[in-house]
This record gives sequence, structure tokens and C-alpha cells, in this order.
Amino acid sequence: MAAETTALGWWGVLLAIVAGTMRGGTPFLFVSLGECLTEKSGKINLGLEGTLLTGAMTAYAISYLTGSPWLGVLMAGLAGLMLGAIHGWLSQQPRVNDVAVGIAMIVFGSGIAFFLGKPFIQPSAPQLPTINLSNAAMPPALQAALQISPLFLLGLGIAPLMSWFFRSTRWGLYIRAVGDSPDAARAMGVSIFKVRLLSVMIGSFLAGIGGASLSLYYPGVWTERISSGQGLMAVALVIFAGWKPVQCLWASLLFGGAQALGPALQSVGIQEGYYLFNAAPYILTLLIMILTCSPKRTLSGVPGALGTDN
Amino acid sequence: MNIAPAVSPATLLQRPPDLQVIGLTKQFGHFVALDQVSLHLKPGTFHALLGENGAGKSTLVKCVMGFHAPTSGEILIDSQPVPIHSPRDAHHYGIGMVYQHFTSVPAMTVAENLVLSRYDSPNLISWKQEMESLRSFMDSAPFQVPLELPIAQLAAGQKQKLEILKQLYLQSRILILDEPTSVLTPNEADEVLGLLREQVTAGGLSVLMISHKFREVTAFVDEVTVLRKGQFAGHGLVKDLTISDMAEMMMGERRDPTSVNKVVHHSPTPILEVINLHANKDNGVEAFTDVNLTVYSGEIVGIAGISGNGQRELVEVLAGQRDPSAGQVVINGSPYRATRSEMYQHQVYALPEEPLRNACVPHMTVAENMALRSFDRPPQSNGFLLVLRAIREMSLGLIQQFSVKTPSPETPVGYLSGGNVQRTVLARELSSDQIKLLIAANPCFGLDFAAVDFIHTQIVEARNRGVAILLVSEDLDELLKLSDRIIVISAGQFVYESPTATADFATIGRSMAGH
Repeated sequence: MAAETTALGWWGVLLAIVAGTMRGGTPFLFVSLGECLTEKSGKINLGLEGTLLTGAMTAYAISYLTGSPWLGVLMAGLAGLMLGAIHGWLSQQPRVNDVAVGIAMIVFGSGIAFFLGKPFIQPSAPQLPTINLSNAAMPPALQAALQISPLFLLGLGIAPLMSWFFRSTRWGLYIRAVGDSPDAARAMGVSIFKVRLLSVMIGSFLAGIGGASLSLYYPGVWTERISSGQGLMAVALVIFAGWKPVQCLWASLLFGGAQALGPALQSVGIQEGYYLFNAAPYILTLLIMILTCSPKRTLSGVPGALGTDN
Repeated sequence: MNIAPAVSPATLLQRPPDLQVIGLTKQFGHFVALDQVSLHLKPGTFHALLGENGAGKSTLVKCVMGFHAPTSGEILIDSQPVPIHSPRDAHHYGIGMVYQHFTSVPAMTVAENLVLSRYDSPNLISWKQEMESLRSFMDSAPFQVPLELPIAQLAAGQKQKLEILKQLYLQSRILILDEPTSVLTPNEADEVLGLLREQVTAGGLSVLMISHKFREVTAFVDEVTVLRKGQFAGHGLVKDLTISDMAEMMMGERRDPTSVNKVVHHSPTPILEVINLHANKDNGVEAFTDVNLTVYSGEIVGIAGISGNGQRELVEVLAGQRDPSAGQVVINGSPYRATRSEMYQHQVYALPEEPLRNACVPHMTVAENMALRSFDRPPQSNGFLLVLRAIREMSLGLIQQFSVKTPSPETPVGYLSGGNVQRTVLARELSSDQIKLLIAANPCFGLDFAAVDFIHTQIVEARNRGVAILLVSEDLDELLKLSDRIIVISAGQFVYESPTATADFATIGRSMAGH
């Protein structure tokens, strides 16, 4: 009897991780796709952490005020777009470093989210609907796992779309050219400023939607600690994914899964090491950094002009 | 237009336009880069633009290409004045330029780069259709480059061919080439220029080539225009001019390079021994493998090769900028790991390429940069504090001895011209009396005649004092002039070695190309 419960319990852990992978992976997916687009153009946007928070706050507030969660998602994206415009413009001024601007944008984005978001911590906003793939005959754990967010499906679609965009559209080739060899792009008459500005803005738009998935889907509340560093981890994730959008998808799922480890184990009553398991995404980030970085060789796939001054 | 332009015989016969530059002046602030320069590129001719560094050749072609707006003067196409504000406008008039630096995107394939270079490329790219038209273009092109390879995997010669192909693909009728052969082996250069020459002779193309290689000018060019210090200095048909005429126009006066007087050393001792050395490039791929080399005192060993064949990494390992993956470096009989104390103990000095990046701290002053080797020893240091007066005095002496043109020893070295930065580094590296080994990499790259001559003289003088010198250079003429022994590196391996006196030029060229 005891053995049977344990077996069922472990089955539950697996289900919880799968469900958590999709839930927790969604914001990672949007932020990392946004960062991937930004970095492909040769700029780094650390400010996506702030964008994520601003997106989460905007989505929650708009959803609460208008009753339409989808309008909230759109506004979250637009709020991200605005922050992206600031970053894209500032970071391309002479003698301005994009990492420094990014850190300033983390502070600015989170500051503005906390300032404007104070009145929305208490009230409860309408959440995004989910697509239910289960039926009533299934065990409750399975039912919960099969509640799939349309935002997750959207992200699932954007990853291959972005991959195709980089390969088969003129604008995709422009972005890669600007990110890999600005001199070559300049010789082709491409405006580096415009391409980077637009890439950063659209990347931030995606990150804003990632924020919306935090406050309107999972965990589905607005608090000041909601992003827990996911915007910064996305930078590591893009490196891990080798600047490939489809790989970003797999990497996001891995991070989402790591995040779900703690709660999943807790749900079957394993309390020891709860905080340790909750730290799994951070440990994963560190491990990835250690494994992928070497003083003796450069990474393959890194856009040539990433983090340089031109 | 969805179908890529292909060079068909019909379009080849289309006459290139007539390009005239009249009284062009370009000022950057108070500096006059070009002063009333005129040039006439007649249809179907091969024209060379000659001049020393800083003569204004690049500024002139950049004005023609629309990169710079001329301060005054006109550009005429078929005798009509035309405004050219961007490379796109230039392309509209059939003018295309091949730059000294490659303008292809390294992470993309040849096909992607070609499609991207088109000004009218479609928003959505149908790769099936594009590949078909690219293949038919390649079939009719004078030389071929594999379409599916990423640029990063192409050899330098192939990259240069691709740059030219790109312009043919864009149907440019006037081709401006900025020192197109600086990265090619002599044979590759002859091949590329020869094929372009055929197109020019067929009447489908005009070429304006910036060059300083008289060998190529006499072999392939119809007409020359010479610039000196931003001014028009001469013009003529190549068949009417001798090399010394052209050199005189370039330099303004007749100046023969100082001849090299080498002292014969008896009983040379081995200074640098490299044993089975291996090292990797930044991306982890092997840069060179199993290199063995001995350099004796009072000897210049020259290493020839096209850039990117492992010589940069070899110099970096010897200079302590890169760790070897296997093998050993031995200096004066003891193992050498390029620590600061070992460099001092064995008196090893280096003149790396791009000295401003590799051997200077640009924001620090000339005096401080000159003291980088010696500031931590008496008399420039008393063990704890620097003796600034000693540093200043030493730098004043070196500035005079090596004729460094600097406003003061306190000027940041980054403000100096390339030649004077190189002199600053040379002064520092040759200032020690006990110097045993000098490692030099492309020491004269981008310098003018006077600076080159000075540096060559200093290197030979050091050799005559008994210094062992390893000279890595992409300039074959420099190696043949200076070195006692010449080694060719290709694909990370030494493929040819000979005393310079008996070296065979043709064999060197073939070995550089990896045959």
C-alpha cells in the first residue's frame, strides 16, 4: 500500500514537472526569443529583466481595469516596446556601453513597475483563459497539467517562425549582417542604427508579453518579486541556445522544468531541500556559464559584433 | 525583380560609362585631404590610382562612391554632372567598389551574402529560385566560389574573388578596387587581375585600382593617375612610363631605399628553439601543428604566408599572448613560458602587428609606453616608487634617437600616426643593450616609404649586432630583402625552407598557396 502511494506520488512529480515546464517555460521562452533577436543584431539588452516586470504589471493592471486579459497582453508588449526604444536609442549613442544602459534599464523598468503597480497588488485581475486538453475522467493532477496556455502555444509558433525569418527574409539577413559584421552591412547601405533599434524594440515587445504570461497565467498574480531574475537568466539561456531560436525553445523548457522541480517535490511531501530545489534555475545558469565559457576559445554562433563598440 | 542578374555575353558587351572627376576637394575640418584633384576613367580601360599612404587615394574613391560628400568639385558620368550621396547612388550609375577589408558577413554562406548584396533583393527569399539563378551566374562568371560554404571557411583568396564576383553579380560596369591583391599570393593576384583584364579588354568593364605594387601596374594597367599629399601629382599611360618615373611622381623626389649591408657572423649560437609546437585558434580549431624552428644569433629568419595560415597565432605564442596546446619553446637552452621575468632574463623583445592594439596602452603617454619594459627596474624604479624623472629622460633620448614625431613625451600614444606609434614601440623594444631575440610581425604594415626604410634599417642593424630575429610578414618583398633564411607557412605547417640567397620565387609562391 505504501509502495503504491509512492509510485503514484512519483508519477505526480513527473506530471507536475511537465506541467511546470510549460507554465514556467513560457516567460523564459518569450524573453529568450526577444533577447535572441536583440543579440542577433549585435546589441545586448540586460534591461529585459525590467521589461519583464513592467510587462507583468501592465498586463495585470490593464486586465484588471478593462476586464480584458488579451488587451493586457497587447499593452504589456507595447510597454516593452517603449522601454526597448529607450534602450535601443541610448545604447547606440557614442561612447555609451550597452551593458551599462541595460543595468540602468533594469532599475528603471522595475522601478516604474513597482511605482505604478502598487495599487494592483491586492485586487484580482481576470486571468488568460487556458486550453483544456483533459477530460473529467482523468486524475486531477493530469487535468491540471493539461491546462495549456495559448501564450505558450504562441511562443511555440514564434520560435520556428523567427528561425525562418533569419534564414529567408531580407530583414532577417539584414539583422544577421548588422550583428555579425557592421562594416559589411554599412557597405551594403544598411542603416545599422535603424536595424538595431527595431530589433531591440521588437525583442522588448516579446519580453513584455513574457511578463504578461507571469501575471496573467502563471503564477497569475502581480507582486514585486514575480520575475525572480528570469530576464537575466534569459541572457545565459540565449548563449546556451547558441543564438538559435528553436534551441531557445528547448532551453526555455529546460529552465522551466528546473523551476518546477521545487514545487513538484513539495507537492508529494518532500520538504527537505525545498529552497535548494527552488534554486535549480540559478544553479543551472551557473553550470551553463561554466560549461560554455572558456578563456581559450570563442563560442561558435556568437554574432561577431556582439558587445563591441561599433 | 525576382530573377538575379546573370552576366550574359549581351550585358558584357554593354559599354561601361565614362567617369570623370573634376577639381575635387575634400576637407575634414581644417585638414585638406584632397585638393583640386581630377581624374578621367575612360570606358573600357584599366586605370591605377597610385600614391603613398595618406596621399588621398581612399578619400577620392570614397567621394566617388558617395561615402564622403566632396567639399567642392564635380563627378561626371558620361559628361553629365551627377550627385552621388551613397553607395546606392553609385550603384545606380554602375559603379561598384571592392574594399580592402572584406565586406562579406562571415557567419553567412556565399549565396546568402550575394543575395544580401543586391539592392533590390526581395522581402521573402525563395531559396530554390535564388540558388538556381546563382548557379547559372557562377557558371558564366570568370571565377567560381562554392555557394553553400560560410564565408568564415573561405581562404583569403576565395574571399577576395567573392568580393569581385559580388560586383559582377550587381552588374557594376565600373569596378573600383582598393589594394585588391594585398591578401593574395602572387599567383592568385595574377589570376584575378588577368581575368579582370580580359573583361576590360572585351569592353564590358572599366577598372580603377588603388595599388602600390609596380609589378601589377606594369603587367595589367593601361593608365595611371598619381596623388601626392592630397594633390594631383601626375598622369600618364603605363607604356610611356618607367617604374622610377612613377615612383618619382609618388614620392616627389628620387629616393632609393637604403641598401641592406649585412655583416657575416661566425660561430652563430642557437637562441630560439621551437620544438613540436602546436596551438589552437580562438574557436578551438588548430592554428598550427608540429612546428619546429631554430633561430641563431645574428640571423633574420623570415616567415612568409598568406594571413590566416597560423603565423599570427605562432607570434602570439612566442610573445606570451596565447598558450600552446603542445610542444615547447626553448630560449638560450632553457624552457621559456614568456613570463615577465623570463623575458627580462633572456632579453626577448617583440614588435607585434597592429602595435597600437598589441603593444601599447593608447591612453598612456609616449613616455609611459616607452617605459613598459623597464619601469619596474632601476633606474626607473627604486624598488617601490617610480622615478618619473628617469622615465622622462629615457623617453626624451629615445624620441630623438628614433625620430618619433610627437608634440611631447606626455602626449597619449594613441594620438600619434601609425608610423610614429611603430617607432615608439621599436624604440622601446630595441632600447636594451643586451637584446638577444626580436620577434617582429608585419612591422611595416600600412607605413609610408620613409618609415618602412627606417624600420628595415633598424632591424638589419640589430641583426648585425648579433640579435636573433624572427620576422613574420605578409610582404614577400620585405622578407626577400631582409631575411637570411625564408620559411613558408601554409595551413599551419612549414612547407618550404631555404636560405634567401638561393630561394626560388616561384616555389615560394606555390608553397604559400598550399601546393
